[in-house]
Amino acid sequence: MLRNSRDSFGLVSILFHWVIGLIFLGQIALGYLMVRVSDFTLQFSLYQWHKSFGFLVLGLSALRLLWKLANPRPRDPEHMNSLERVAAHAAHVILYLSLFIVPLTGWAVASSSPLQIPTFMFNLVVIPQLPITISDAAEAFWAASHAWLAYLSAVVAAGHILAALHHHFWKRDTILMRMLSPSAAKTGRNVN
Amino acid sequence: MKTTDMLFSTLIPAGLAALLAFSPMTARADTLSDVSGRYNIQPSSRVGFTVTQVGGGGIAGNFKKFSGVFSLNSSDISRSTISFTLYPESVSTGQARVESFLRSDAVFDSANFPTITFKSTQIKQTSADTAEVAGILTARGKSSPANFQANLADHGKNSITFRVQGKVMRSRYGMDVGTPIYSNVVQFDMMIRGQRS
Ligand code: HEM
Ligand code: HEM
Repeated sequence: MLRNSRDSFGLVSILFHWVIGLIFLGQIALGYLMVRVSDFTLQFSLYQWHKSFGFLVLGLSALRLLWKLANPRPRDPEHMNSLERVAAHAAHVILYLSLFIVPLTGWAVASSSPLQIPTFMFNLVVIPQLPITISDAAEAFWAASHAWLAYLSAVVAAGHILAALHHHFWKRDTILMRMLSPSAAKTGRNVN
Repeated sequence: MKTTDMLFSTLIPAGLAALLAFSPMTARADTLSDVSGRYNIQPSSRVGFTVTQVGGGGIAGNFKKFSGVFSLNSSDISRSTISFTLYPESVSTGQARVESFLRSDAVFDSANFPTITFKSTQIKQTSADTAEVAGILTARGKSSPANFQANLADHGKNSITFRVQGKVMRSRYGMDVGTPIYSNVVQFDMMIRGQRS
């Protein structure tokens, strides 16, 4: 139940997937909005929320990666051809990488900014700044990298979500169901 | 040893002379009674502030533009008064982006509230050369009591300098943006130079 098997995701993997996935998508929306609001007071607190949730994603993703390494990965359904498998796995690898690289570049934005605004995660823990160059130019570089990587990962996530929906509604297989419930492989519909 | 002995032999008499000159009796007789009068606050004064932040450090800066008057009554310090105006537009921190943030409507909103004023309501002498100044601080259209400690730093015939320190809770003036990352307490450290008017 808690651990993955060769047929299904365990509860821990499922929770990691949805909690991290939802915060990640929320971060894209929040990031997009916060750089565009004109009210400075609101903008200041949105940035702080964005940094806090970003570090939450980073921390949870580190735990998730450890969990993944200690668990088997459920088999791909037999009807998937090799192109589909390669595309799905490539997307998963890119998404996993994004879960680390996007918050790390965000951390670099905060750390390189001459404003040196501390990151006080959820007003509980002070996160130190990365030891990198502090200048307007460095901040602009990291902000552009962070934005590009975030939006690129959003495009990959969109493809990933569409693929999941495609599996469920078009191919009518258990791919989506097994990411929703640990027992889906046994009870869910399965066309294999 | 020789040189230090010599140093002491000249310094000690000089120090004694200075002590005598400032001893309470002579001070009250010769100097403090002289300080009574009205003074204009000089542009050479310094109005510095710091706001600490979590994890150490913080924002330090000063205001370049201000004006004010105070009148001293040495026979009854409590009848002295001060009124002070500062122009938040003139805030300086050495970081242009921090300054424009402070001027913006997130903090001072200096476009709509160009001045911050302080008017004393009560001045209490706390020792030979210190006093507690209570008053009303008005910023961003909000008025709330604020207290400062004044220390006599220096005075001449027509001029007098006080070091004035105090803590202001910015949340009382609708400026609590950034708390608790940045402290709610703004610590003022000022050198206020008055020239007799
Ligand atoms: C889950 C992880 C994260 C995602 C998906 C994400 C996404 C985004 C997006 C989409 C933007 C808007 C880019 C733009 O339109 O210019 C943004 C901006 C920003 N993010 Fe993140 N972010 C994440 C984590 C972080 C972290 C951990 C930090 C800092 C500790 C951070 C700091 C920033 C900053 C400072 C900006 C504004 C950059 C600027 O001034 O242009 N982000 N982020
Ligand atoms: C919200 C809509 C989403 C849906 C419907 C969805 C659906 C799925 C499904 C069905 C799987 C299982 C694939 C398989 O069995 O091989 C999966 C895996 C995965 N998803 Fe999502 N996902 C969503 C959002 C996201 C987001 C936003 C991210 C990234 C931040 C993400 C990252 C991943 C990763 C890395 C895997 C691979 C898990 C592993 O094998 O360890 N997902 N997703």
